[in-house]
Amino acid sequence: MGSGHGTELNLTLKVWRQKNSKAAGSFETHQLTGISTDMSFLEMFDVLNEKLISEGKEAIAFDHDCREGICGMCSMYINGRPHGPKQGVTTCQLHMRSFKNGDTIVVEPWRSAAFPVIKDLAVDRSAFDRIIASGGYISVNTGNAQDANNILIPKTDADEAFGAAACIGCGACVAACKNSSAMLFVSAKVSQLALLPQGQVERKERVLKMVEAMDAEGFGNCTNTGACEAECPKGISLENIARMNRELTAASFK
Amino acid sequence: MSKLDSKIPEGPIDQKWTKYRSTVPLVNPANKRSLEVLVVGSGLAGASAAATLAEMGYKVKVFCFQDSPRRAHSIAAQGGVNAAKNYQNDGDSTYRLFYDTIKGGDYRAREGNVHRLAEVSSNIIDQCVAQGVPLAREYGGLLSNRSFGGTQVQRTFYAAGQTGQQLLLGAYSALQRQVGSGNVTLCSRHEMLDVVTIDGVARGIIARNLVTGEMEKHFGHAVLLCTGGYGNVFYLSTNAMGSNVTAAWKAHKKGAFFGNPCYTQIHPTCIPVSGDHQSKLTLMSESLRNDGRIWVPKKKDDNRKPTDIPEEERDYYLERRYPAFGNLVPRDVASRAAKERCDAGYGVGNSKMAVYLDFAFNTARYGRTEATKRNIQNPSQEEIMRLGKEVVKEKYGNLFDMYQQITGENPYEVPMRIYPAVHYTMGGLWVDYNLMTTVKGLYALGEANFSDHGANRLGASALMQGLADGYFVIPYTIGVYLSTEVTRMSAEKDKTDSIDKLKTKHPAFDAALKEQTDLINKFLNIKGTKSVESFHKRLGLIMWNKCGMARNKQGLTEAIAEIQALRKEFWSDVRVLGSADEFNPDLEKAGRVADFIELGELMCKDALHREESCGGHFREEHQTEEGEAKRDDVNFAYVAAWEYKGVSDWELNKEELKYENIKIAQRSYK
Repeated sequence: MGSGHGTELNLTLKVWRQKNSKAAGSFETHQLTGISTDMSFLEMFDVLNEKLISEGKEAIAFDHDCREGICGMCSMYINGRPHGPKQGVTTCQLHMRSFKNGDTIVVEPWRSAAFPVIKDLAVDRSAFDRIIASGGYISVNTGNAQDANNILIPKTDADEAFGAAACIGCGACVAACKNSSAMLFVSAKVSQLALLPQGQVERKERVLKMVEAMDAEGFGNCTNTGACEAECPKGISLENIARMNRELTAASFK
Repeated sequence: MSKLDSKIPEGPIDQKWTKYRSTVPLVNPANKRSLEVLVVGSGLAGASAAATLAEMGYKVKVFCFQDSPRRAHSIAAQGGVNAAKNYQNDGDSTYRLFYDTIKGGDYRAREGNVHRLAEVSSNIIDQCVAQGVPLAREYGGLLSNRSFGGTQVQRTFYAAGQTGQQLLLGAYSALQRQVGSGNVTLCSRHEMLDVVTIDGVARGIIARNLVTGEMEKHFGHAVLLCTGGYGNVFYLSTNAMGSNVTAAWKAHKKGAFFGNPCYTQIHPTCIPVSGDHQSKLTLMSESLRNDGRIWVPKKKDDNRKPTDIPEEERDYYLERRYPAFGNLVPRDVASRAAKERCDAGYGVGNSKMAVYLDFAFNTARYGRTEATKRNIQNPSQEEIMRLGKEVVKEKYGNLFDMYQQITGENPYEVPMRIYPAVHYTMGGLWVDYNLMTTVKGLYALGEANFSDHGANRLGASALMQGLADGYFVIPYTIGVYLSTEVTRMSAEKDKTDSIDKLKTKHPAFDAALKEQTDLINKFLNIKGTKSVESFHKRLGLIMWNKCGMARNKQGLTEAIAEIQALRKEFWSDVRVLGSADEFNPDLEKAGRVADFIELGELMCKDALHREESCGGHFREEHQTEEGEAKRDDVNFAYVAAWEYKGVSDWELNKEELKYENIKIAQRSYK
């Protein structure tokens, strides 16, 4: 049985340090020994931070919260890939058994003009909130709903909408894209609501507003490289981008 | 006379809420625009309350410590949300949900509140579906349900193993819609450090901008604490790393009574601890108990692989002890039973502190059904299991993946190893029927209050309560108080030094701001030798060992002394680096741990005083011959509401619990 008896690793970490959004940053190198392969990547960072504090040095700032792959807060760019080498996992769910003894691991923040660095590995992703605020909703005030089973939704449509709604808003798609495009994030929300009967009334207006907000935030254009889909920890499909493009075309011809 | 007035309306139980709702004072639309409401926390309770209050016309400000309101820990709830829709035609009703919740809570919750919760449960599902929340559907397009613990009907609505995520994103989108239209001001990466009271009335908060370190004053006519539970007092829990008690604790120190702090939910099915590096624990949804059977070997120290242990040598101990509910007994019962087996030496895995949750039986059952559906004659065992795994994957795929990521084992092939872990806190700020704390103008919603789950919460009821409080309760009950504010404002409109004119310029705000700034500087100036993290770990160990799944007088007495000593050590030897005027996660955590230490002491004190066992609170001195919790209804049928008097000093206030509709009885799931 594989519990609690992993092997131990010695590692070299090159971590991006940056005092704040205005300061210039640089890499800092740290050696770590005796890292259990049962640890998560962030627990390895906990060990490093405890070591730094014991040496009187400031801990490395990074975003994290649920540590079970659902809140979307953790955001490390590991060896050139958002959330690291494993497909379909967030940084917090990446475990050290994915690394080998003697490895050098390079860790950077998400890099995008629309995601300014706050400190070290933490970035500002509030642009995503503003995009949702521009139209990523169905306008239904509390108390206005009909009985839930009065709206019949074919299971396949519900499942497809759920697939798009599974986006955790982490921003890996933006970090993975050479253009820093946010198309995968935006299209996931546009798709979810376009696929459901409840979303039909505002369908055209929604896609126009959200794309406008996305452009205003300074995200780049989509050139169909597919890096976003490949790096998305929740497997959000590129089909959503195709659907959003169709929605946008349809909405543009009134 | 008791200081506590629960304000439960008079009348028959099924008419209390409807009648009250139709007769509470209202605030007219023009006046709503001049009333400001501060909402702290953006989980299900906070986001739904903020969105709804803004829709109604109030001016709302929302605070969350995360970088986005969408990340509040409600997002991680997996299994589902209960509602008494009776869509399955299996005999569900408002009364049955009410009854199950009262019984599940081991007769330590308020009847009036719980009935209201059951009444509005259906509206929640309607509201969420209208928002576009993609809840699971059947092939006919209707909503699907599953079973959860402590009930015998199927009333749980779900979205795979991501129900909390989908419900929260629904509430978040409603919130963002109000942000976009200017009715809500969003303050993310902000932490509330104190509530500002003037003449005993809540008038605003002090918050720290976590990016710049700036200390801010915010005025509000009402303050809503929707800040979740305090399970992280145990260090290891299924809570998010940032989940904390600070907002609730600061409110407690400003006069809000703390209700039943010792009522903690230890969830039976979590991934076991793998080593000293462990930073948090991960839940495996209760919905898995629909299709998983829990067992340990009948033989002690059986080191065979689980798949090599034949059927007759397995002890399905929940099915054996509780034939009526089997694997679907409530969480407190299931957790204690797992602990009992492990303590007796039947545990599995390297640590021997785990039991098996096995899906093979039901995978085969699903496989056979699929084979029949697909008209496959005489399917092989391999074929059956392959088909069954497809079904299991659709139902629980994300949970199985998560298990594999964490443990490196494939739960489709071998049983999961699970063990109980701290998950939820039923205790919280004491509130009346209006959800107001003992501080006027200060409310607590969702997990942050104590109100609906008694001594044990049933599965899929936390999402229900958070959304009930936010969407359907506070929008009505806040008017009871705010209508009096309208009257006061009108009476004081010519007064030059009224709070409405001064707002944050009132000296009380400056005093509170200074107090919190001094506290932050104090952390930074201790310059001790031990990290904040190390204190948190030590506190967690004391709490888990002495105030965890089983408690006794000696352990609790020792724990109180140990926590007091830990507090002294913390304040003389903690090391917090960096500065106050920057993004400094270590400094944030120092404040949270300082509050956890004080809370831990109160939890032990509460657990020590409650000389009975009920729900999640198990005092070893008080158990039946069969090892079940033994209540003392004569002496302890009350809510313990603790009033803060100073360091290590609390006064106990009691709110008697009256059962007028449900006969109080020994809880049985046999």
